[in-house]
Amino acid sequence: MKRFIGFVRKEFFHIFRDKRSMFILFGMPIVQILLFGFAITNEINNVEIAILDNSKDNETRKIIQKINASPYFNIETEVLSEKHIETVLKKGKVKAILVFESNFAEKLEIKKLANVQIITDATDPNTANTISNYVQSILQNHQQLLNKNARIPYQISVQTQLQYNPELKGVFNFVPGVMTVILMLVSAMMTSISITREKELGTMEILLVSPLKPFQVIIGKVFPYIFLSIINALVILVLGFLVFEMPIEGSYLLLAFETILFIVTALSLGILISTISQTQQTAMMISLMGLMLPVILLSEFIFPISSMPLPLQYISNIIPAKWFIVILKGIMLKGVGLQFLWKETLILLGMTVFFIVLSVKKYKIRLE
Amino acid sequence: MSISVHNLSKSYDKIKALDAISFEVNEGELFGLIGPDGAGKTTLFRILTTLLIADEGVAKVANMEVVKEYKRIRESVGYMPGRFSLYQDLTVLENLNFFATIFGTTVEENYELIKDIYIQIEPFKDRRAGKLSGGMKQKLALCCALIHKPKVLFLDEPTTGVDPVSRKEFWDMLKRLNKHGITILVSTPYMDEAALCDRIALIQHGKLLEVDSPQNIVDRHQKIIYNVSAENTYRLIQDLKRFPTQEAVYAFGEFIHYTDSKSSFSPEELRAYLLQNNHKNVDIHTAVTTIEDVFMDLASTFKSEAIEN
Repeated sequence: MKRFIGFVRKEFFHIFRDKRSMFILFGMPIVQILLFGFAITNEINNVEIAILDNSKDNETRKIIQKINASPYFNIETEVLSEKHIETVLKKGKVKAILVFESNFAEKLEIKKLANVQIITDATDPNTANTISNYVQSILQNHQQLLNKNARIPYQISVQTQLQYNPELKGVFNFVPGVMTVILMLVSAMMTSISITREKELGTMEILLVSPLKPFQVIIGKVFPYIFLSIINALVILVLGFLVFEMPIEGSYLLLAFETILFIVTALSLGILISTISQTQQTAMMISLMGLMLPVILLSEFIFPISSMPLPLQYISNIIPAKWFIVILKGIMLKGVGLQFLWKETLILLGMTVFFIVLSVKKYKIRLE
Repeated sequence: MSISVHNLSKSYDKIKALDAISFEVNEGELFGLIGPDGAGKTTLFRILTTLLIADEGVAKVANMEVVKEYKRIRESVGYMPGRFSLYQDLTVLENLNFFATIFGTTVEENYELIKDIYIQIEPFKDRRAGKLSGGMKQKLALCCALIHKPKVLFLDEPTTGVDPVSRKEFWDMLKRLNKHGITILVSTPYMDEAALCDRIALIQHGKLLEVDSPQNIVDRHQKIIYNVSAENTYRLIQDLKRFPTQEAVYAFGEFIHYTDSKSSFSPEELRAYLLQNNHKNVDIHTAVTTIEDVFMDLASTFKSEAIEN
């Protein structure tokens, strides 16, 4: 036990004396969570749009007013004619142009039909889509007001309820995602680097020729990172709650258990990486390419898995992060318990055992 | 027997690092492994410290077999690898405490053993190991390898890259440690250090050339070596190599060491030859044979044999 404590103490010295480690451990989570929370978001706010009003009557004025009043849009300019549409869009500042046909109010009154055209800048397809949806819903809303007195023979009234995230806040998606990425990064990359550093500096040679058993070395290496990762997870959750009002609906205990489980999964991956790489650089490359990219791309963090091609959907199943994100969202947003999450939990548990067994088998008790 | 090696071979791909090596080291002996870089010294150390497995042969350290009983060996030997392998970001004292702890002991418990060495680095005990000078680093590494009072101490080129003064101090320390009954196996590429060992093994290309005490090795070497000097050293070497009965010509300090293949050789023949070739201030006298001379001689015969085979 004394040996173990001595080893862990040494590990903490390494971490606290290395500025880069300290930054990755404590600077990065904060920077990432704020970055994803504020800057990188697929919500639209204050989007600049332009109007080409060929009618300039009572009705169009009302609609324009409505659009301007919404928090989503700012009306930037009036476009004078069809010829200018292209130039306005090309400047890039205006993301969409709304075109009213001439004699809008008159046509609405007499023909009961008037046309509006929405031209969006689709260089960013997601934003273009969202803008056009928002504008349509404002127009529909206006149409309902017009029909208030009239009776329409058949009508399907749609009432949408957005469960678990009524305001559709993007940050509710990002907090679990960032937490997953950070825990993966800290646990897997940092441990694999710290173990390979001993190989690179030759100290592993001395550790091998000592009474320390392989598992003592590994647990000694990993233990500080379990501890630091838990602190990291706490920082992210507290930050999410204070800054973005990210709720935790479910049990704190379950959340803590699942988080620790995922940390151990990531650590065992880190150990596995360290057993197959000889230098810190290789360990870092494998961690970044082999872990970070899949975690970001294939875990539902940014891109929905259901819309990926089938082979990628299958591959996503072997990414531990995917299951952890499901668990996190379940606990934090839906407030569900283990009875709904047992499958994901078991999968993570199984992966962890698999990685640990594999790394114990691969761990070398001698030099090559 | 503290170390016994029998018929040990090890290859990396096609290169034979060790070729059927056998030797024994007695308890409490200071045994030197002398040979140039790439001779196979480090490979031998790694096999004996249980870090590598030999392809063939048996090796025992403190009466324990290096493959089967590797766990017990790891508890009772001290190992100082050729490359400085301590934690550079820990201080001197932290390094020492760490190695004491992982061997289940304390610095106080075995302080007696490291006292002489530790006193020299004590003024820097709060300095990070990475900021120490080369000599200091080696002293600290030696302390760390000794802290658990090992039965056998393995030092792989401990004085490579260390200044001459520190080198001498280091060997004085080894002599003192030897008195504590610790068996020491030390390797070095410096021939002058060989004379300081109780017994030495000369190694080249993975083969042992000779194993004996330094004095015996030198005494057994029959050939007379001449120190030759003249004004133009470069031309001197060229001309000596052209002398019909020459056997070996190599620079040794300020002189050229020359041996002749004829038993009836007289230095006067050589002097006449050199004067005839316009050398000035020619001086020829017999030299005291050193380990280096023996090594050069053995290595060259070994090489010519290898070519003939």
